[in-house]
Amino acid sequence: MAFDAAKDRQFKVVGTRPRRPDGIDKVTGKAQYGADMSAPGMLHGLVLRSPHPHARIVGIDASAALDMAGVKAVVTNADLAEPEDDFYRDIKDNVLARDKALYDGHAVAAVAATSLEIALAALDRIEVEYEVLPHVTDVDAAMAPDAPVVQPGRADETVPSGHSENVTGYWQFGHGDPEGGFAKADKIVERSFKTAATHQGYIEPHACLGSMTSDGKGELWCCTQGQYMVRSTCAALLGMDASQLRVTASEIGGGFGGKTTTFIEPVALALSRKCGRPVKMVMSREEVFRATGPTASSSIDVKIGMTSDGKVTAGAATLRYQGGAFPSETVLFGAQSAFAAYDLEAVRTEGFSVLTNRPKEAAYRAPGAPMAVYAVESVVDELCQHFGLDPFEVRLKNAARKGTLSSYGPTFDEIGLVATLEAAQAHAHYSAPLGPNQGRGISCGFWFNFGGNTCVSLNVNDDGTVGVTEGNPDIGGSRASISMMAAEELGIPYEKVRTVVTDTNSLGFNDVTDGSRVTFAVGLATINAARAAKAEMCRRVAKLWGLEEDAVKWENGAVVPAGPNAGKHESMSLAEIAAIADQTGGPIAGHHETNADGAGVSFGVHICDAEVDPETGATKVLRYTVFQDAGKAVHPDYVEGQMQGGAVQGIGWALNEEYIYGDDGKLQNPGFLDYRVPVASDLPPIDTVILEIPNPGHPYGVRGVGETSIVPPLAALSNAISRAAGIRLAELPMSPPRIRAALRG
Amino acid sequence: MSGIVVSTTVNGDPQDFVCAPGETLLHALRDRLGLTGSKEGCGTGDCGACSVTLNGRLVCSCLVLAAEADGAEIGTIEGVAEAGKLHPLQEAFIEHAALQCGICTPGILVAAKSLLERNPDPTDEEVRYWLAGNLCRCTGYDKIIRAVQAAAAQMREETHGV
Amino acid sequence: MQFLRAESVSDVARCLAESPNAYVLAGGTDLLVQMGTRRIAPEMVIDIKHLPGIGEITQTENGFRIGAAVPGAKLGEDGALTSEWPGVTEAAQLIGSTQIQGRATMAGNLCNASPAADCVPALIAAGAEVEIAGPDGTRMAAVADIPTGPGKTTLAEGEFVTAILLPKRQPASGDAYLRFIPRTEMDIAVASAGAWLQTDADGTVTAARVALGAVAPTAYLVDGAGDLLVGTTLDDDTLKKLEAHCAASASPIDDKRGTVAFRIEVAGVLARRAAKIAYERAREAK
Repeated sequence: MAFDAAKDRQFKVVGTRPRRPDGIDKVTGKAQYGADMSAPGMLHGLVLRSPHPHARIVGIDASAALDMAGVKAVVTNADLAEPEDDFYRDIKDNVLARDKALYDGHAVAAVAATSLEIALAALDRIEVEYEVLPHVTDVDAAMAPDAPVVQPGRADETVPSGHSENVTGYWQFGHGDPEGGFAKADKIVERSFKTAATHQGYIEPHACLGSMTSDGKGELWCCTQGQYMVRSTCAALLGMDASQLRVTASEIGGGFGGKTTTFIEPVALALSRKCGRPVKMVMSREEVFRATGPTASSSIDVKIGMTSDGKVTAGAATLRYQGGAFPSETVLFGAQSAFAAYDLEAVRTEGFSVLTNRPKEAAYRAPGAPMAVYAVESVVDELCQHFGLDPFEVRLKNAARKGTLSSYGPTFDEIGLVATLEAAQAHAHYSAPLGPNQGRGISCGFWFNFGGNTCVSLNVNDDGTVGVTEGNPDIGGSRASISMMAAEELGIPYEKVRTVVTDTNSLGFNDVTDGSRVTFAVGLATINAARAAKAEMCRRVAKLWGLEEDAVKWENGAVVPAGPNAGKHESMSLAEIAAIADQTGGPIAGHHETNADGAGVSFGVHICDAEVDPETGATKVLRYTVFQDAGKAVHPDYVEGQMQGGAVQGIGWALNEEYIYGDDGKLQNPGFLDYRVPVASDLPPIDTVILEIPNPGHPYGVRGVGETSIVPPLAALSNAISRAAGIRLAELPMSPPRIRAALRG
Repeated sequence: MSGIVVSTTVNGDPQDFVCAPGETLLHALRDRLGLTGSKEGCGTGDCGACSVTLNGRLVCSCLVLAAEADGAEIGTIEGVAEAGKLHPLQEAFIEHAALQCGICTPGILVAAKSLLERNPDPTDEEVRYWLAGNLCRCTGYDKIIRAVQAAAAQMREETHGV
Repeated sequence: MQFLRAESVSDVARCLAESPNAYVLAGGTDLLVQMGTRRIAPEMVIDIKHLPGIGEITQTENGFRIGAAVPGAKLGEDGALTSEWPGVTEAAQLIGSTQIQGRATMAGNLCNASPAADCVPALIAAGAEVEIAGPDGTRMAAVADIPTGPGKTTLAEGEFVTAILLPKRQPASGDAYLRFIPRTEMDIAVASAGAWLQTDADGTVTAARVALGAVAPTAYLVDGAGDLLVGTTLDDDTLKKLEAHCAASASPIDDKRGTVAFRIEVAGVLARRAAKIAYERAREAK
């Protein structure tokens, strides 16, 4: 759906900052999240997890547990149906291990009991016989031909020979002649980088309440980024019809991609099916870290050639991502996005996807992009330092723009990179003075943005208010944005619209809340649903006035006569039309179903000032500014919030966050004490500058804004540290011991 | 398992409950009293989502045994608004978009209220350090700090009159 | 598990002696974490917060008596204590968040016996003692003599700490504590240092003690570190020697929080910086 022709349109609601509809519930403790629901007769479910990183499950004996008073059911992988395709079978084997435990914390069995205490005691009485196998957790080690094989037979035919069976996927992108390009360079820098796995770190652990009846009907309440995804997965894993399972999404306490899959939901349903009572399951924080999706860890080689005046002559990158014990495709996004900010004559990237004995990776905000862009932006910065060139000048000289053949294939339409770079370069932050041991780094970032399957239903109430029903969990204020777009389109005040997120029975399929798709795609569907309702209202009024449909039009929230022959009629507002709907044909509604495309890509640029204590290696972020193209900022507060939140997650990734595995293959830091997400006192204000370069694929020009902001901080920090301390680290996180080690030389 | 009878005052109202000896105050509040506004993000005192006041002191209710609370006065998020009127902090959090997913919000509000009762005019740094035990993964804290300061200013104005 | 709200010191000593798996609960910020993560499964938890005087800070002829159940937040509110022992109170207040400060006690921090316990190097440098109650009555011990290794103490069966005793502040003396953590809050010390020293009217150091944390199985007084400072005015050369001496005394481990090399050098840096702050405080105190 194209950008509206009236490009100078004056928005009345879009672009303002109204209060969010769920605000009061969330500041008073009334909002109900995953763990806040109970049911009569409810049991408590807990999961037994493997203490080994890799072990054959020889046998599971649950008889002693089942003999305990209060224990009502135990389930294992064998209690689930056998899905036909790999995608669901992998989820099945992740939520309850099949014949091997594939990582420390892998679920092996689950129990339901009348209290948490009894369920906990029952876990100790489930006997599992393991045959411990050799394990591998490092991505490079896992690629070696003699590495322990995590899952045999999973490599696809594209993988070049000479690697371990752990290498399951291989992708290549690019164009031109990189070798010819490198030959034209005055300087070539080639570096290898490693980045640690990081966790989404949502504060709400996974939680659900599932209930099955003996006639095969199911009800499920859970915190998720997509209730339809949960329904599809659970139906496949339980062997039931989708129509028989109704999934209701609770309020969601953060996801960042980590709640785009299922863990305990099918298990709770399987337990409930076995004992006929509702089963509630809530993960502990330790379980969240050990067994839910962190993002990939990576090993990346980058080679870039540049002329002495700052023209990039060629770029190449090899990316190796491990996504845990099941095949993943995240490296594909890394290989596509690495050089996206550059207009290059010659570029080549390749990506290897690798199995290790770690938890199955889940999406994390711009999945795959931050580490790839970190590696490229670090090398570009090193070349700027080498030639003494301004990092903005170099990026502007090579920036992707409309018409650029992107490094991953498509040719860019209207994009905001150049405008964003220029805004950042001109900003006061970039020219502010720095003190001793302080440095300033910049980095570009990029994300594709998704559209996807979307349904919206819009009902005009008889009092002139409007209800919008959508199917995507509101993860950061989207109900406000959707209401705003409905109000804008209908010409009524924001307060007259209420948007609710509905269950799986009330709308057609909606893709999960991911890819920064909701404000774009649900917004687009909402606008179209509103337009459908407006068209219906025009028909009703035309009929009342005895006119042809094309003799009326919608203007400023009302139907008015249109054209020379329409005659004189008092305009009819939405409220006036709604009030007599019962006399003109009944209730008025609009709906829209689409598989939306046209989600415009989004670029961002970050400037970071950091100070390094040379004696301790401690890095303090002094000042931080985020510049990002939002297409059109529907609710600027929540656009800024996305820019700030993503930046801080990236700062955490750059400085302190990491999955630490011991030689024993066990996760050493499964808690917020040693998995160090940024705390309030670690940070300066995060300033924001929103740019609005309209997306040609959305009627209001909206682009997704949720993900781009996590991409630049990794290199922005690394580049700032390089300029503050005179060292360039090639491994994340840049923790104090690593910085000290680099300073020691 | 023998239960322990605990008599408390929660948000000014008398509340008795029976709990297991090893049960945390957080579980008692959520599962015995239905006060699910306090959230469990970690269970180890590292995230602050379960913040409540216990005899006027800010604590993590996941690190208090319910049995300890006998005779104590407890303040939870459910008591921050009085008779349906939002506290200035609650108003400011909505107005300044200081929440996204909202799961950390109850704990942060309880903690921020405790700060402003002790220090009505904190610096940004004081707010940031006071709230360092309240993890927020959505906002990057920026709008939270602004909202606390806006509420503090509002409360100072109300105290001193205009 | 049983929960007991103790009414008397002898109650506690008796229960501890009778049940080998009984634990004392003061602030609970370590105990409940260990229970919640199933590292321990107590048969009995004894809440000592209602023992007479155990939640009070009292000034005595000899200094301060800090009851074992006094939380960090209360320490920070005591003007006399914070002005006489800023290093000790800052150390105690570095333990955890504001919420943890509402509960965590110095006595608990000591008896939990983590090598990284924040208040312990500061207490050792301050020359603090503990009052211990047990089946045979009350005894005193130096703070430095309590921990013997991670999770291990010299407390006998039935014994528990009832108070921490800080001496009266000497004229022209000062103390300081610094720790290194990767973030600004919410972490366990990777290395730490406490320093106490006294000067004469000219600013020459007459007595000094330096203790390190997180770089050995227990926090410890650094042998000879005080002697290095005595007779000096803490010139740069002396501080450099102190740094090297302290670093050389450290015997840390590699773990998820830091490397051996990092801990050794940062322990030296912190000792130097802490000594300098203690010196400034001593000079200001006159």
